[in-house]
Formats: sequence, C-alpha cells, structure tokens
Amino acid sequence: MGVFTMPSLGADMEDGTLVEWLKSQGDIVTRGDIVAVVETEKGAIEIEIFEDGKIEEILVAEGRKVPVGSPLATISGTDEAVVSEAVEQAMPAAVEAPAAPEAAPEIVSIRPNMDDISEVRASPAARLFAKEQHVDLNGISGTGPGGAIQLRDVEDAKPPPSKRGIDLDAMRHAIAAAMSRSKREIPHYYLTHRIDVYSAQNWLENYNLQRPPPQRILFGALLIKAAALAILDYPEFNGLYEQDRFKTSQSVHAGIAIAIRGGGLAAPAIQNADQLSLPELMVQMRDLIGRVRRGSFRASELTSSTITINSLGDRGVEGVLPIIYPPQVAIIGFGKIMDQPWVIDGEIAPRPIVQMTLAADHRVSDGHRGGLFLNAIAEKLYAPESL
Amino acid sequence: MTRDELKQIFAEELETIAPEVDLSNIADSDNIQEYFDLDSMDIYNLLAALHQRLNIDIPDKDAAKLLTLKGAVEYLLLQLQH
Repeated sequence: MGVFTMPSLGADMEDGTLVEWLKSQGDIVTRGDIVAVVETEKGAIEIEIFEDGKIEEILVAEGRKVPVGSPLATISGTDEAVVSEAVEQAMPAAVEAPAAPEAAPEIVSIRPNMDDISEVRASPAARLFAKEQHVDLNGISGTGPGGAIQLRDVEDAKPPPSKRGIDLDAMRHAIAAAMSRSKREIPHYYLTHRIDVYSAQNWLENYNLQRPPPQRILFGALLIKAAALAILDYPEFNGLYEQDRFKTSQSVHAGIAIAIRGGGLAAPAIQNADQLSLPELMVQMRDLIGRVRRGSFRASELTSSTITINSLGDRGVEGVLPIIYPPQVAIIGFGKIMDQPWVIDGEIAPRPIVQMTLAADHRVSDGHRGGLFLNAIAEKLYAPESL
Repeated sequence: MTRDELKQIFAEELETIAPEVDLSNIADSDNIQEYFDLDSMDIYNLLAALHQRLNIDIPDKDAAKLLTLKGAVEYLLLQLQH
C-alpha cells in the first residue's frame, strides 16, 4: 500500500490546495498518470503519480489546503495484467477529464498568465498543458472545432517522456526556485578544511576486505556518519530557519545530494542518520539513491532534511562551495579523495586528502563555531572505528 | 560459461543498475564508468549484483578491472575458473 502525498514543488512551497481530483476512488492508475490538480503560489500544477496501482481511498477533499507531505490518497498495488488492461480503458478518461467544460475554466482562472500564446486557437486545457510541458502551440495543428488545438493534440506533439520517470524540467524548476531563494535570502559564509583520511580509508579497506560485496560500505557513508555525529554538539547548524526565526532540530535528518545522470539533483533525507550504524546507513543510502534515480522518492523525504551533505565522489573535483537548501541553515561539501603532499612529523609524504567545506547561514551562526564544527567532523574521521 | 554469455550477464546487470545506459553504442575497450557517468554507488551495486548472480567474490581493489566490457569478461572468466 502506497501513499500519494502533497508534493513539494519548490523549497518555498509549504502547502497546496487540492483543486481537483482527475481520478476517483477505485480507479486504476499507472506511473506517470496525472491524478490531481494542485494550486500553489506558482499557479495550478498537475500532479503525476509515480507508481502503478489502484486508488484505494481519497483522503483529502477538493478545495482543501494541506501542508506539503500530507497524504492525499492511499494506493494499493496491483498485478501487471490488470494495469495494462486498465490503461486502455482509463486513457480516454484521462485525456477528456481536464478538457471537460466545467473543469477547464476553474484551472484557467488561476493561471492568468496566458497572453503569450493567446493568438492561437486552443482549448484552455491544451494551453495549460502546453505551458507546463513547454510545448509551443504555434507548431501544432489542431483537430478540434475550427482547427482549435485540443489537449490530445498537445499530448501527441509532446516528446515522449524519458523512461526513468523523472520529469527533469520540473526538477530544474524546483532547483532554480530553491537556489534562487537561497542566494536571495541567506547570507552564506564559507569555511574550508583539508583532512588526511588515511586512517579512515585504511580502516574501510580492511572492513570491506572481510565482507562480500553486498555487505561492504562506501566511503561516503563514513562522511555522512561523521557529520551527523559531530553536529550533535553544534545545534546551530542543524534545523530550519522559518518565519524569521531559527529552530534547532532535536533529530539529525541528513539530506544527501544525489545527482541524476543526464542532469538534475535531489537531496532527500536519511532520517536520524546519527543513530544508524554504518551498515544501516549504507542500506538506506542504497535504497534512497536507487529510488531517486528511478524517480520514486516521496515528497516527505525531500522536505524533512535538517542539514544537507554533498559529496562529489571519485569522479568529482577537489572541492565544492555548496549552496544552502532553504529553510536549512548549513550544507557540508566533500571533494574527492586526492593523493597530495602532506607534512607529517616534519617530513613530506603522499596522503589521501579530502577537502571539506561548510556553507552556513550567518543569521544563525558565526565562523568561529563553524570552524569548530568542521574540526569536530575531522576528529570523527580520524577515529573511524568509533563511527 | 562462454565469453558471450558472461558479456550478456554483465550487460543485463549493468542495465538493471542504470536503465538509461545503452551498451550497443560502446566499444569493448571503452571505460563504462566514464562513458555512462557511473558513480561509486553504481559500481557498488554492480559488484553486489555480479556477486549474487555468479556467486563470486570481487574485492574492491579489482573493481577497476570491471570497467570495460572486455576487462570484465576476462576477469569474470578467470574468477569462475578458480
């Protein structure tokens, strides 16, 4: 049983109004179906579902405003035979529903900015869909009355969605909104520190040597655990800044920045990362990264982080100066491990070095404490056996 | 197991991990990590999948040998003979 929740359509979105259900209780839905229309500050947005199943129960009535992450409906799984059969029956309904006369004006009335495409004859639903999908109506020939473009004409003209089920355009919009807000509102300061990870790397090599591949741990898990443990003593970096006030979080929900091949980025949270053992953390990272790349993460996972950690990995570069994901107040960036000359006891030796960066919100904390925080993370990594 | 069978298995597991990869375009000696932009988690998943499918243990230090189709097939063949 899955739960369909109010999605976050940008870091500044706190709630949304469920304007219209395009599916009913008992309807079979397939991944990618548009099941509801939600009104946000950015206008009316059609919401897709990311799993196959049946709408078991609708939990939120039309017209109600609910916070991001609230359950909207429960979805039960179904076998493939039923889904594919139902798709054919459901398709015409899905196409027709938004174009129905009583539905269309409601959607259009909250999207006034249509002037740029007003010279083309098209139905309101077709205009809305074209705008959201960035399809140019001028290039489409309509099949409706008087050559008017209908919703189905736009759908036919739209390039097929990528097979991984992630709407990269929507993701880019969400990143743009969050990062613009961050640079507009948050006075960032940056601190960098380079650390010798020889002992951490060595410890991990020995750990992994004794285990089959599925039980091994990636270096990135050590970085997340070290940061999650260190932050317990530095609460001014762990929490949310909302309504002109910072509220520290009692739990450490570590958002991990995950790159999508071909472009795009999401930073869903690993809940209570400080309390997980390294193997547990590894299982969660694996699950989360897998789901993000399949496009099946939950809106709640995107909004619950209290700090974000960005590790560039072995194909990255030496360092990163990351941008805070609002309403969080800090983000830690790790560059890739690089062998560099390092002075130990007056001698120069090659050592594996990682550059660590803290970007933090100067409304909440100062550089002195930030420096102590970075040093605390380094101390954790110098004693990997205690992670 | 023949080289062709191993190549097929390797390709299947890689495509499960990164469904958007298209192995038909690459040469046997191309580096798949660079070509398909695979990260450490992808490589981890690949090792785990091959471990489960072929019942062989692949040490982390050998992961680099799996990064071309040719290298992977030769490496797996050798491991299976042991």
